[in-house]
Amino acid sequence: MKKIINHDSNVIEEMLTGYLKAYSRYYERIEGFNSFVYKGRRKNKVSLVIGGGSGHEPLFGGFAGSGLADAVACGNIFASPNPQLIAETAKAVHEGKGVLFLYGNYAGDNLNFDMAEELCDLEDIQAAHVRVWDDCASAPKERIQDRRGIAGDVFVIKIAGAACDAGLELAEVLRITEKARDSINTIGLATSPGSIPGLDKPTFVLGEDDIEFGMGLHGEPGIERTTMKPVNELVERMYGELRKEMGLKRADEVAVLVNGLGSTTLLELNTVYYELDHHMHTDGLKVHDAEIKSYCTCQEMGGFSITILKLDDELRAYYDTACWSPYYAREEIGQQ
Amino acid sequence: MTTRTETPTLTTITQTSATPTATTIPIDTVTAAAVLTTLTIDQTTDMILSVCDAIMGNKEYLTEIDSRIGDGDHGIGMSGGMEKAKAALESGRPFADINSIFKTTGMTMLNSMGGASGVIFGSMFLSGAKGLPPMTELNGPALAVIFRNALDAIKARGGARVGDKTMVDALEPAVIAMDAIVTLEGTDSSNLILLLSSAEKAALEGVENTKNYAAKFGRAKSLMERAIGYQDAGATSVAIIFSAMYRYVSELFFSLSSHEKVILE
Repeated sequence: MKKIINHDSNVIEEMLTGYLKAYSRYYERIEGFNSFVYKGRRKNKVSLVIGGGSGHEPLFGGFAGSGLADAVACGNIFASPNPQLIAETAKAVHEGKGVLFLYGNYAGDNLNFDMAEELCDLEDIQAAHVRVWDDCASAPKERIQDRRGIAGDVFVIKIAGAACDAGLELAEVLRITEKARDSINTIGLATSPGSIPGLDKPTFVLGEDDIEFGMGLHGEPGIERTTMKPVNELVERMYGELRKEMGLKRADEVAVLVNGLGSTTLLELNTVYYELDHHMHTDGLKVHDAEIKSYCTCQEMGGFSITILKLDDELRAYYDTACWSPYYAREEIGQQ
Repeated sequence: MTTRTETPTLTTITQTSATPTATTIPIDTVTAAAVLTTLTIDQTTDMILSVCDAIMGNKEYLTEIDSRIGDGDHGIGMSGGMEKAKAALESGRPFADINSIFKTTGMTMLNSMGGASGVIFGSMFLSGAKGLPPMTELNGPALAVIFRNALDAIKARGGARVGDKTMVDALEPAVIAMDAIVTLEGTDSSNLILLLSSAEKAALEGVENTKNYAAKFGRAKSLMERAIGYQDAGATSVAIIFSAMYRYVSELFFSLSSHEKVILE
């Protein structure tokens, strides 16, 4: 496989160094660790620390910025960062108001962030966490805590960052962030596999004409494997799953993200939104905002996911504030 | 098929040790007086270094196993952690006690690997010797206690039990096998070769058993019963670790035996 890297053992170091050198105006590395802080972070507030395995760029590294995360803990390829790295990241941005860890719900992340919280506790840093489990194809609703976190991370980070910036106490930031998490669902579709840099084999095998609904970012099995279909049929199925899962009904207000998984083109993603908009309009949903980008990826994996965030007045207020990072920037949304 | 280097593949380990309980150790090389019961600090360091080499040598193999039902990063993670542990052991030796060897290995893995394996396998080495009085030699009962402590810590942290298709499926039977040998042999004279051959055999059986289980943890979890038929990569790593320790003590024993020209019946 053609991969633009040097030796695989140094991929993370070189990738991270490149990113931080390019954006050194905004970011500063935490010495000795694969983590960094946003220099312009607001002080005297709860600190937001996000993180997870690398290889999903721009998640998580692209989501530190104004009104977003204060620091990012980066793991190895598809592997959670280790406890010491996470705890040092928290220490670097802690302002005495507590730290919120925000990450995807995966066994490795849960174990490592839990240990990091224990390390923080030893240093009298108050820490809490929210695990994002938006992927409604990864487990039934009765086992919601078995669900994986995918592109829904983006909206949860946005709202958590705004809640931190509002100067709320940790318990309140935690409540709002959990509420955001519980108002979000995502479903994905894979058309082709990604890869682990340095390994010649793809992360999974999918026939030339095959697709899989609900397949996870690392190739975790989804809910149905079938043959390729026109986009209107793909979106109809995926939107149908989300509508059922979230009980969407007329006049519900939503924010939407069409997320590319790595190699799917903007032309295709825009076409997905064309179909999605049609369904949402037919159902009478009120689309407050929409995004079409590749935020949560798995190298050259093909496919996309649709994320829907169901808004209420409280969540909308935090959603509407301005935020900025090199990858995710929004203007303040005024009263309509 | 993947190419595996340095250490025997798991398949060949299985072949050579399908029956290596005490009785298959060539009886003509064992005398009552010549039983390996303790390792020095230096020998224990070498044994754990051989574990590092074994895991590093099976990187591709572990990756292949993991990619069938996981995301294929287990080999990379384990190999990377063991590479760092090897460097830490080499630069840290000579160690003041046995405990420091396990602590150094565990801390290095925990603070470099990440992922579920970083916490679980890091804890295995770290928790094993935690709280034990400093030891200047390693005997069978101590080794059994170290892995019993490790098992308890891992179960407490990860919540996995036998049958959940995790590394516990290999570790728990290995610990039980070691406990049984210690009970059988008495606390002062456990034959390390017998102890570790039993542990290896039990771990390999545990790996085989993981093929029958649906996954309850990790990324294979979403496969549920579809993971049946495939062995667990973490359990495989446990078996490789015990195989390497067994191989180390066997080779040590036979080299010592030949140096000392033990005369056999």
